[in-house]
Amino acid sequence: MYVYDEYDQRIIDERVAQFRDQTQRYLAGKITEEQFLPLRLQNGLYVQRLAPMMRIAVPYGLLNSKQLRKVAHITRQYDKGYAHISTRQNIQLNWPLLEEVPDILEELASVQMHAVQTSGNCIRNTTTDQFAGVARDELEDPRPYCEIIRQWSTFHPEFAFLPRKFKIAVCASEEDRAAIHAHDIGIELVPNASGEIGFKVLAGGGLGRTPVIGSVVNEWLDKQHLLTYLEAILRVYNQHGRRDNKFKARIKILVKAMGIEAFREAVEKEWAALKDGPSTLTGEEIARAKSFFTDPAYGTIDGAASESALQAQATAEPIFGNWLKRNTVAHRVPGYQAVTVSLKQTGQAPGDITDVQLELLADLADQYSFGEIRSTHQQNMVLADVRQQDLYPLWQSLQKAGLATANIGYLTDVICCPGGDYCSLANAKSIPVAEAIQARFDDMDYVYDLGPLELNISGCMNACGHHHIGHIGILGVDKKGQEFYQVSLGGSQAKDASLGKILGPSFKQEDMPDVMAKILNTYVDLRGEEETFLDTYRRVGIDPFKERVYAKAD
Amino acid sequence: MPRLIKNGAVLSDEQWQAANPDADAAGPGSIATLSQWEALGDKQDSAVQLEPGDGVEALLPHLDELALVAVNFPVFTDGRGFSYARELRERGYRGELRAVGGFIRDQLHYLSRCGFDAFQLADESQLEEAVASLGDFSEHYQAAIDQPLPLFRRRA
Ligand code: SF4
Repeated sequence: MYVYDEYDQRIIDERVAQFRDQTQRYLAGKITEEQFLPLRLQNGLYVQRLAPMMRIAVPYGLLNSKQLRKVAHITRQYDKGYAHISTRQNIQLNWPLLEEVPDILEELASVQMHAVQTSGNCIRNTTTDQFAGVARDELEDPRPYCEIIRQWSTFHPEFAFLPRKFKIAVCASEEDRAAIHAHDIGIELVPNASGEIGFKVLAGGGLGRTPVIGSVVNEWLDKQHLLTYLEAILRVYNQHGRRDNKFKARIKILVKAMGIEAFREAVEKEWAALKDGPSTLTGEEIARAKSFFTDPAYGTIDGAASESALQAQATAEPIFGNWLKRNTVAHRVPGYQAVTVSLKQTGQAPGDITDVQLELLADLADQYSFGEIRSTHQQNMVLADVRQQDLYPLWQSLQKAGLATANIGYLTDVICCPGGDYCSLANAKSIPVAEAIQARFDDMDYVYDLGPLELNISGCMNACGHHHIGHIGILGVDKKGQEFYQVSLGGSQAKDASLGKILGPSFKQEDMPDVMAKILNTYVDLRGEEETFLDTYRRVGIDPFKERVYAKAD
Repeated sequence: MPRLIKNGAVLSDEQWQAANPDADAAGPGSIATLSQWEALGDKQDSAVQLEPGDGVEALLPHLDELALVAVNFPVFTDGRGFSYARELRERGYRGELRAVGGFIRDQLHYLSRCGFDAFQLADESQLEEAVASLGDFSEHYQAAIDQPLPLFRRRA
């Protein structure tokens, strides 16, 4: 993983000092509320329903055990002993005190962490595949490019006051695990006709009030031009994105208004002036970035023997076998496997993790996975490099800590924003809906039989729970001061990305488990052999679901 | 006489009067609005003020003639002026580039990186203290006007 040198450290230390001074001036009444707002947002601090909340950056979801222990310490010292993993791979604190935020930032800086640009109208944390570097279907490790983008976007002087927030995601695998179609800029590593790997660049994707799938701006961009090209896109957006209406300020609205052709032309024009300038990447810089993401010291393992020993364990202890099947994925190195640590135990808010669990994960990472851990945009954690022979003891430890719910990619692996329990923007609570659904569908055999199913819940139009791209999406809406829930079906964040379609009138909170049951029963009745929920939905459309859900009781 | 920060020091501007959008034409010694400036026959040693949305296009053929470009920030959250400044400098403008309007002290560092060398803060009483914010960071990742080489071309 990337390690700071003295330059990186100095930059981040100076940021802490800057924000300490700003906070002091604010508390002394020398900065107005309005002026302080973007300053604190760009340091991760946003004020929510109950208290200020703080979003700590986890660049492209990668953490080491030392950092994890520091986060655990911070949740204990400055918060209530737990943290929340967001849908953008970041870590959120629910109860920090404004006065203490500079101290928290200083603690973070001591382990090469920060909260830079995790909120506000600026370039946010770049996200990627949680299985980057270990996935079998990967063309090339995307993380060096994420790090290059991280450095370029950190304190970018020109783009700190954009019309609206700006999110970039990078993916390099066959299966898109970074939802690049739903980002302001999506970058995919692809080969050109002669096999050379470059970037396909998409722009104008996004969720929120007006969900849009991104459009291709450039089919293949030579790697060296990454930063100048991004700069050109941002420059067009900064100058021409709408600033009169917050809800029309994202780049997706600009791309739509201009049309992709005209947008591309404008980008090319800006790019012509920047191309081949000093920000052009050098071979040395790409090599330097790559040098931080080399293979850890994998052992040489007889893959076949290791595999059969593992299968024997799985057969001997079916609960372990089940977890193995649901929560681990193949690794490109023989004898290794990547493990998803489920933060979706029923009874716990999706994505929440306690200080004790954080410390346990740090220990397990040290013991079994080269000291590294990842956060996922599905609000789980990943130990990416576990030896197959260590899976059994790892599972035992995880199980004791409530971190081995075998539900990854299934119905109860709910993706859920903090919603009305914490968030001042919410129209409705989201966590209780997630919990009610998890509680209702507690028969895991039934859940497995339903197959892969993504359920996403957002408490309002801001779509932090990415409800548009869930196979089933739930959105909290306000109906005359009452909390209601709108359901959509058929969204997908995969390469064949699609946006969910609204089922019909919204429902009361207490009806949601029944509504889910009707939707799921419809699927079970109509599904063809081997058909997933999404397959069936795409074949039969929304009407059969609608009929069943809204049928008058007889 | 407006006071401002120029090249890192606080001083009074004795040369230029603020733009007056209600006048038909810019008087001598006053900063012209873009439309007043476009109407000027002789642009030598002229001064113009850009508003958000104006863009820099009209100025590009006259960069050598301009003595001053002021960029107005009616609200500090409207960041278009940051791009205007960089574009002007990248296309070769060497005269004074002045930020005016509602921008805040905590933006000084980024503004100067984008090529501004003069800052007329709305609250003149804060000028002396504000100078410190120009130096918020001593190192940067990206290339900008103050440091045309990105860190990756300079890392030891
Ligand atoms: S979707 Fe709405 S309710 Fe949920 S966290 Fe985002 S802003 Fe808050």
